[in-house]
Amino acid sequence: MATRTGMKLNRLKSLLFKTLLAVLFASFSTVFASEEAAPSEGEETKFNAAEMIKHHISDAYDWHLFGEGHASVSIPLPVILYSTTKGLQVFSSANFHHGTEAYIGYKLEHNHLIAEDSTEKIYDFSITKNVASMMIASLIIILIFLSISSSYKKNVGQAPKGMQSVFEPLITFVRDEIAEPNIGPKFAKYLPYLLTVFFFIWVNNLLGLIPTGANTSGNIAFTMTLAVITLLFTLFSGNKDYWMHIFWTPGVPMPLRVIMLPVEIIGIFTKPFALMIRLFANITAGHIIILSILSFIFIFKSFAVAGVSIPFAVVMSLMEVFVAALQAYIFTLLSALFIGQAVAEHEHHEDHH
Amino acid sequence: MELITPSLGLLFWTAIIFVVLMLILSKFAWKPIVSALEEREKFIADSLSQANQAKEEMAKLKSENEALLAQARSERDKMLKDAQTVVTNTIAEAKDKAGIEAEKMIANARVQILNEKNAAITELKNLVATTSVEIAEQIVKKNLSNDAAQKELIEAYLKESKFN
Repeated sequence: MATRTGMKLNRLKSLLFKTLLAVLFASFSTVFASEEAAPSEGEETKFNAAEMIKHHISDAYDWHLFGEGHASVSIPLPVILYSTTKGLQVFSSANFHHGTEAYIGYKLEHNHLIAEDSTEKIYDFSITKNVASMMIASLIIILIFLSISSSYKKNVGQAPKGMQSVFEPLITFVRDEIAEPNIGPKFAKYLPYLLTVFFFIWVNNLLGLIPTGANTSGNIAFTMTLAVITLLFTLFSGNKDYWMHIFWTPGVPMPLRVIMLPVEIIGIFTKPFALMIRLFANITAGHIIILSILSFIFIFKSFAVAGVSIPFAVVMSLMEVFVAALQAYIFTLLSALFIGQAVAEHEHHEDHH
Repeated sequence: MELITPSLGLLFWTAIIFVVLMLILSKFAWKPIVSALEEREKFIADSLSQANQAKEEMAKLKSENEALLAQARSERDKMLKDAQTVVTNTIAEAKDKAGIEAEKMIANARVQILNEKNAAITELKNLVATTSVEIAEQIVKKNLSNDAAQKELIEAYLKESKFN
């Protein structure tokens, strides 16, 4: 799935991705073939790259650090769930013993929390790895910007110092290059949202690149929430012109207007949908590429491959650092653009559509 | 499929965390930072315009000074020139005056000399006359010892003196 969407959005990356996956799957088949031929090899020595990658880019109930199976070392995180029969339940994920054991009627199946009793319906609000990572990101952002904010209060009217001079260009960039040109004179109202979303995505992207880090910003739920917030901003700030364009497109012949109406209504939702998919696909694809490159070492069981894989993975990681900032920028820019379209005062209706 | 199925918990937490983060940052970070930035930008813009103004004023002052200096210079030149003319005029005047004075003095001297000469001539005349009379008296005393001749002579003199 990630492959398909990734291809759609980033041609360069998708090309790389496709090639890598092709190589990866080709090597898979050989591995499986050899395993079938030599069943004497133990279960534990099997290396399933697809499983490993899926595990790494998925959310988890504990923060896995290193090791496999029972020997793995991980930080347990709180499981919070609401059961229709048992009410609110809070317990540590350590009780699952890395997903091998059930606890008070709940168990992990394919890294998914389910009730043993199939009639029991549960709503899962656990602090998962992604949520924990997001909290850390928020904490980092709050610490950075509150300290900067106090610096601004301390040296009023003076040149920025230290952290201030690092983040001031970024803040002015979001204000002068993203908010103002796309939204127009009313940009100040939306600036807090744009600044927050920019730094939130960026820091989450960067945290995801740290080994053992979570793929938070590459999770569809994360990107969906942010896209929905942008959608809400767009809908609630839409002026008369904006709704007029959607429901009764001016300057278009009457029969066309009837056709345009559903198109425009779909258009409201496709814009944030694209935001959601773009961020999800770019970040997830980046993680998959790096993990795939490193998987070669274990697939071929050769140090020689490591000599190629590791430098390549380093280069890809550097590119991902760039992509982390780029995707934060694109998400913020497009959010500003959509809000700008909603608040724009149209002078000439005929110019559009 | 699992990858693109958003989980309820993560949706919930992302929304909560993001909204709380946005509220905290808006109140405690973005508002003071953006207003401080705006203030500073305004201050810088004002300072720049002020500096430009000062520069313009300086240029104006400089040109004014230069004009003033040029004026002063021309005035000085004029004054020097005037002084020169005054000096020349004074000298010429003095020369003229001196010439006139000298001529006057010469004329005076001439008059005086003439007067002196005339006086001397008169004196000399008188002296010659007296001497001549005395000589004549002596001569006459010897020749005209008779009264008749004396009477005749006296009368002749009287006649003459009447015409004078």
